[in-house]
Amino acid sequence: MREKCIRACFAATAAISIAATLLICAFLLVNGVPTMAKVGLFDFLLGTTWRPENNLYGIAPMIVGSIYVTAGALLVAVPAGLLCAVFLSCFAGARFGGILGAGVELLAGIPSVMYGFFGLVVIVPCIRGLGVGNGMSIISASLILGVMILPTVVTVSRNALDAVPASYYEGALALGMDHEHAVYKVVVPAASSGIATSIVLGLGRALGETMAVVMVAGNNPAFPNSLFSGVRTLTANIVLEMGYATGMHREVLIATGVVLLVFILLVTLLLNAIREKGEVK
Amino acid sequence: MKVPKDAPERFSSKLIRGATYAGAGLTAAALMLIVGYILYKGIPFLTPELFSWNYTSENVSLTPALVNTVLMSLLSLLLAFPVGVGAAIYLVEYAKPGNRFVRAVRIATETLQGIPSIIFGMFGMLFFVTACGWGLSLMAGACTLTIMVLPVIIRTSEEALMGVPNAYRQGGFGLGAGHGLVVFRCVLPSALPGIIGGVVLALGRCVGEVAALLFTAGTVAQVPDFAGKGIGALFDSCRTLAVHMYALSCEGLHVGEAYATAAVLLAVVLSLNALLAFVVKKMEVTKP
Repeated sequence: MREKCIRACFAATAAISIAATLLICAFLLVNGVPTMAKVGLFDFLLGTTWRPENNLYGIAPMIVGSIYVTAGALLVAVPAGLLCAVFLSCFAGARFGGILGAGVELLAGIPSVMYGFFGLVVIVPCIRGLGVGNGMSIISASLILGVMILPTVVTVSRNALDAVPASYYEGALALGMDHEHAVYKVVVPAASSGIATSIVLGLGRALGETMAVVMVAGNNPAFPNSLFSGVRTLTANIVLEMGYATGMHREVLIATGVVLLVFILLVTLLLNAIREKGEVK
Repeated sequence: MKVPKDAPERFSSKLIRGATYAGAGLTAAALMLIVGYILYKGIPFLTPELFSWNYTSENVSLTPALVNTVLMSLLSLLLAFPVGVGAAIYLVEYAKPGNRFVRAVRIATETLQGIPSIIFGMFGMLFFVTACGWGLSLMAGACTLTIMVLPVIIRTSEEALMGVPNAYRQGGFGLGAGHGLVVFRCVLPSALPGIIGGVVLALGRCVGEVAALLFTAGTVAQVPDFAGKGIGALFDSCRTLAVHMYALSCEGLHVGEAYATAAVLLAVVLSLNALLAFVVKKMEVTKP
């Protein structure tokens, strides 16, 4: 009897995470979906004008903004992150590798608001110095987000590279490859599923990041016309206006959250697909 | 593993090696630039006024925010720890692997892990602040953070529990202990360092969080009045250090103080990282 009680308690705690997930989805959908219907799904998703005071709620510029900034962040983080992971896994000595590894962990621990602040006081003035625009731009946001997701890419890729059996590398050497070619032609392809996971995880973080973006991206709700023009992401749209929004405006912001949640769920599905494919191999 | 260099090196090898070193160098440079810049600019502004007990719009003291950060983190860990560790114990020690319930928990934690903090903030606002009627409060913020860090604690505790050798469990059962006793006396103690590692990770997320707290805990720069209101002060609005820093850098009036606040926040994060490294090291020592 007592054992059964203990077991039931543990099962209940496990059920809480299911309940939380369902509650989050339910609350957002119940509040967001009727609003989408009210605005009109096409006017909402494809509308190009965001003017809450005139009841114009088109979030297409924000969707495009999120995609641009995320893509830019990946362009920054993926090359540097993969090279750094390869360095840590296959090139670095124990001592320097240990120091850099600890550094990457520290980078992962720095709060996003700190990245945003650094972007605001260092990167934005630098971009402004180039003489195009005021510095609050896609490129600033991409740079800062890229650095932010760098540790995710490095850590996950590195674990994948470390898990490749040593015999692969040794076999490549035995066939006459040198160290560099053995690493990049044999070890890296063997870790491809883990590397893909790292990139998608980074993508998810970049897509969902709020504070770092809102401080450096400029936040004007219009289609950007160059890398140097300001942009507003879905996340920024929520955090900027949620504080004072009321009535319909507020409902639409929640609907924006639903769109963001759908994007993130797609990313999660993609992650699972990659993992299953890796396991089949 | 190094190759003996007898053959002349190919040019492409040099190129590849150069690129790899450059990637590592870029990462190191980014880290040193951020940490170095914040500390360099922030430390000169660390004045005694910045640490005075009461916040005013002149001294923009960070002490209340620091106290709030401790309160908020402790409260959310207090809630998340039993739930997260309990869930992990169920998954590892009790459930048959692969049954429906276990799969559902897995999917739920994976989904929670991917959800951005602004969505948690929005949910917290709709549920804890509005539906539960708690208003912008310490409690609403802590509950939101609890859900946010739950997957971190579950995942790390699960790994720690799976790392406990089966002989420990068999030894416990062999001595006639029940399942519950085995879990609490034989398995949990040796999994503890790993679980604590997860708690420190979760603590780091609580300390640095802004988006999830802005609309759940609010931005009042005072410590909740526990002396006056007792337990009711849990429902006072308060801002944590990270939120405080965001507010300062948005106002743009106290740039020096914003740097200093950033430096203090960075110091907190650095010490948490050091603590984590220490726990991980301890874990390696205790592992059989």
